[in-house]
Amino acid sequence: MGLKRNVGLMEGLRYQGKGPMLTYILHRIGGLGIVIFVALHILASFLSNQAWGTSAGIFINTIYEHWLFQIFIFFCALFHTINGLRIVILDLWPVLIEYQREAIWLEWFVFLPIYGIALIVIIRGGLGG
Amino acid sequence: MKTKPRTAPQRGFHFDYLMWLFTRLSALAMYLLAIVGIIAALLMSARQNMTVADLMRWAFMPNPNHVANTNVPDVEVWKGIFWQVMGILILFFAGAHGLHGLLNVLEDYISRTWVRNLLRGLVFLVWVLMSAIGIYVILTS
Repeated sequence: MGLKRNVGLMEGLRYQGKGPMLTYILHRIGGLGIVIFVALHILASFLSNQAWGTSAGIFINTIYEHWLFQIFIFFCALFHTINGLRIVILDLWPVLIEYQREAIWLEWFVFLPIYGIALIVIIRGGLGG
Repeated sequence: MKTKPRTAPQRGFHFDYLMWLFTRLSALAMYLLAIVGIIAALLMSARQNMTVADLMRWAFMPNPNHVANTNVPDVEVWKGIFWQVMGILILFFAGAHGLHGLLNVLEDYISRTWVRNLLRGLVFLVWVLMSAIGIYVILTS
């Protein structure tokens, strides 16, 4: 396969992809975050039920019960969910690709209020109610 | 220097196209399963006895452990074969969707064919292993 990357990291960061590029990057970060969280969570719930692994399971639990991790993982999950629905709709009904920019605006209008409210709740809980 | 021409992607149904389609359809399937979970939870008195965060945990994975710390009167109602099948379905769609996505991201940064093939095998093994552990957890909780 002739897959050679001729673009360095700094040059790549200067690429002016605007809205669609931002959602693409955040979709990747979000997806990887969810994979890490779900893998940890499956392992922790498995270990917690084993006599030899209870303390390891509880230790992993404390990682993602931390409110900073929750801020991160809720961003990942919510953004990946909403952006994913946009990708599915635009990919399965390609005539709608004409309205991609409007769809991305709509997506942020849905995402920001929900994430903002959740952020307030998580931070208030993190600071002790 | 003359560059080597790249082979054109195969047309029609092949593995990568099927996985592309599976990624979209499994996303829709997970939306459907989560909506079923939310509606059923609301019918099972979630509105009086659960917070939104608990409801979301239940929607992502309908496991009785996720309602054990809420005010629901009878946790036994939230167990059973139906919810185990729902959990395994969500685990299957989410696991395949997520690990195929992980593979997609990794392959964007890897050009050597043998490393890519190695990673494909590795990610497949991780998928089988994590699915087995997950199904064990669902069936024993």
